[in-house]
Amino acid sequence: MSKAAIEGPPKGGFSFDLCRRNEMLLQKGLNAPSFLKTGTTIVGLVFQDGVILGADTRATEGPIVADKNCEKIHYIAPNIYCCGAGTAADTEAVTDMVSSQLTLHRHHTGRESRVVTALTLLKSHLFSYQGYVSAALVLGGVDFTGPHLHTIYPHGSTDTLPFATMGSGSLAAMAVFESKYREGLTRDEGVQLVAEAISSGIFNDLGSGSNVDICVLTKGHKEYLRNHLQPNPRTYISEKGYSFSKKTEVLLTKITPLRDSIHIIEGGDEMEE
Amino acid sequence: MDLNSGDLNSPLSTGTTIIGVTYNGGVVLGADSRTSTGMYVANRASDKITQLTDNVYLCRSGSAADTQTISDYVRYFLHQHTIQLGQPTTVKVAANLVRLLAYNNKNMLQAGLIVGGWDKYEGGKIYGVPLGGTIIEQPFAIGGSGSSYLYGFFDQAWKEGMTQEEAEQLVVKAVSLAIARDGASGGVVRTVTINSEGVARKFYPGDSLPLWHEELEPHESLLDILSTSNPEPMVS
Repeated sequence: MSKAAIEGPPKGGFSFDLCRRNEMLLQKGLNAPSFLKTGTTIVGLVFQDGVILGADTRATEGPIVADKNCEKIHYIAPNIYCCGAGTAADTEAVTDMVSSQLTLHRHHTGRESRVVTALTLLKSHLFSYQGYVSAALVLGGVDFTGPHLHTIYPHGSTDTLPFATMGSGSLAAMAVFESKYREGLTRDEGVQLVAEAISSGIFNDLGSGSNVDICVLTKGHKEYLRNHLQPNPRTYISEKGYSFSKKTEVLLTKITPLRDSIHIIEGGDEMEE
Repeated sequence: MDLNSGDLNSPLSTGTTIIGVTYNGGVVLGADSRTSTGMYVANRASDKITQLTDNVYLCRSGSAADTQTISDYVRYFLHQHTIQLGQPTTVKVAANLVRLLAYNNKNMLQAGLIVGGWDKYEGGKIYGVPLGGTIIEQPFAIGGSGSSYLYGFFDQAWKEGMTQEEAEQLVVKAVSLAIARDGASGGVVRTVTINSEGVARKFYPGDSLPLWHEELEPHESLLDILSTSNPEPMVS
């Protein structure tokens, strides 16, 4: 018997249908699948000319380091960057989404994006998903109203602060900030302080590690210092390299450049309507 | 304020102290500045007194995400209402808009709010909108987890027709008493005074607040206590 009712297009929004079943399975003792979390240290601070953001580069999957050098400082707009902690997929997706919304908005208004716009877009998205989008963000940027730094929590609340830390290493980093932060830092002092705070997270928090990424945002200018500090180099590299078992036999290598198979015709007729 | 939605069986603490008090000519709103996630203080200098219009402010306690969203919606509705009305909104309208959101979404929200302001018809007014979404007009209102420690204090210290200075002193004293006893309240004390002349924001850093009963001055040696004026720590 076929379903006689006409199904319309699927309505948008998150479907919470399976949440009760998931809860029931957890109660029965199922081990929930782990997901790639950026157990992380992310920080931001306001200095005299703008904002400095910092992050570590370790991505973990439970107890395993999945990515030793991932990028946690995401681009939102030319003058706005955002560090993300929590579920890596969620932070990537939500920052990419807001970044493209802001690009369209810039085309529509003809103006440079403001940090509060990114803030409102992020907070209303996260609030409507009631904390299920597990993204904890440190949003920083410089627009015509000045430098701004905000923290955004997974449930959608925001704080505006002169210095902020998030992620599993936030306590270690906040300890450094609380003791050494002051208003009116210079660029070099600010970078030094951010590097120190992230290093504190890297060495004292198990969920953070590897390198320090820094992003300096000032009026009309940005500096993305990828791997500004690399305090955890790979200590032993075997000279033998990797050896593959002899069962792998290369039969044939053929490289076909695709560009040659395209024939470009000059002139020709225009498309008719 | 609790940033994570807690277990439904746990006590409904809304880690904060918020107060609203009317006086002869206006209102004084006060709050602490601690935002906590579990045992960690996420923001030690937050501002829990949010502006809704030029003459109406809102004290927020409960889930930070829920109360920020409510205040954003109400600010937007009140802005439209002011344009349509052609004059400043009344405190009663602002409080009822807050109440409608809190009541109609009561299953999904965790928000204890105090609306306070001044308008030319009724003067200074305080409206409490606690967890279920009731609205109650009161001469003074207290809310948040720290308010438990203030019910007796207000029964004794509150009186009608205070002056602005008396009301501000009362609010600061009350918030600092609550901070002394409630772990989920702390930081600085912020007050907002609203009257016919406008709005005045004041800020009292932690070290300017009086020390209370048992918070002794630090001493080099216990023998120093004997030489102070009050050697007995507890005096009836």
